[in-house]
Amino acid sequence: MRTFVLADLLSLFIALQWTVALVIIALGFGGPLALVLALMRTSGRRALRWTAAAILQVVQGVPLLGLLMFFYFGMPVFLGVEMAPLVAVGIAMTVYTASFLGDIWRGGIEAVKHEQWEAAACLGLSTWHQFLYVVAPQAFRMALPPTVGFLVQLIKGTSLASVVGFVELARAGQIASAATFQPLLVYSIVAAIYFALCLPLTLWARSLEARLNAAR
Amino acid sequence: MQSLNFQQIWRYQDHLIDGTLHTLLLTLAAALIGTAIGLAGAAAVRSGPRPVRWTIRGYIELIRNTPSLIQLFIVFFVLPNFGLRLNSFEAAAIALGLYFGAYSIEIIRAGLDSIPGSQMEAGQCLGLTRWQVFRHVVLPPALRNVYPAFTGQFVLLLLGTSLASQISAEELFHAGGFIESRTYRSFEVYAVICGIYFALVMAFKLLFAAVGRLAFRWPVGR
Repeated sequence: MRTFVLADLLSLFIALQWTVALVIIALGFGGPLALVLALMRTSGRRALRWTAAAILQVVQGVPLLGLLMFFYFGMPVFLGVEMAPLVAVGIAMTVYTASFLGDIWRGGIEAVKHEQWEAAACLGLSTWHQFLYVVAPQAFRMALPPTVGFLVQLIKGTSLASVVGFVELARAGQIASAATFQPLLVYSIVAAIYFALCLPLTLWARSLEARLNAAR
Repeated sequence: MQSLNFQQIWRYQDHLIDGTLHTLLLTLAAALIGTAIGLAGAAAVRSGPRPVRWTIRGYIELIRNTPSLIQLFIVFFVLPNFGLRLNSFEAAAIALGLYFGAYSIEIIRAGLDSIPGSQMEAGQCLGLTRWQVFRHVVLPPALRNVYPAFTGQFVLLLLGTSLASQISAEELFHAGGFIESRTYRSFEVYAVICGIYFALVMAFKLLFAAVGRLAFRWPVGR
């Protein structure tokens, strides 16, 4: 048994880099997938719409912990391959992000009146250009507050990667707590770091929403 | 590629059923604690003295901006230091109840705020008592307004109870870990566990939709 020293605090901040890395990976891969899902979900083709709807329902009906366990323990056994923890955790966080952001962005796209598409079509724009130049900018404004709100959920969600032994902030906290027998101190510091990361985003989301409501 | 074998998993169906029941029990316990906090907190935020309001705001922000896993660890590992002996199920129910409470305060407060003051004044002009105004004028439309957000949060709570496995409370993932250690069928085990969660979520969504249609049949007034 030893006391909590500066080196322990340092280990938390080193692990924090992996929390941030996970968020970036989830957004980098999950973001484009979310856009695809949102476009499929709002498309005119029934098959695309239903496929996207089914994917969103299933992923959102399963705990994030389930996705992590499935991709970390289940998939490698099934496929008979070795999977690095970062890859498995990255896939799970990507799938999670794609489904929730996909739903949020679908809402943004649907909030843009259908006449906007028609007007853009009348100007001779292709379907892609209708989306890119007319619908997307308006949808972006609507979807930005909940997107920032989801970012908070995502940061908090990365703490679950600790469950499969991936050393990010929560896991580093567990390790430091086990080494020093000071769970109150260690977990309070860990909570404070998450809080410092999330609160500005929460406040930003709230002000964005207030501004959006004032504009309408 | 390994061939799938679900038969081995079904042999442990007693564990799966037991895990499912504990997951439901934990969800209900946390929902009850959280709803009580939500009602009391929303009332206090609306009409309590300033220090109380600030304390509640602090509680909400603290819970909403930290991971529930860490909240769970703090309740489980730290409360015993203050002489409160909790088993893992009780600790999980309290931690998840505190988590659900923070979100319910916000949801219930928003529902009550959605009723314009003029409606309460109109009720008083009709000679209704304060309680009658609340019961007949404020409550029905407020309930209708909070219903979607509240039931949505309940579903998130159901999924969130999976974290309780991390302090070894006996719920679905705990059962999953046990079966996995006996069968080494990781893929099948977690596929089945995820399938059970999905079935529970869909069942609750259908139930809430049906109850909502029955309970809120009057037309939307403007």
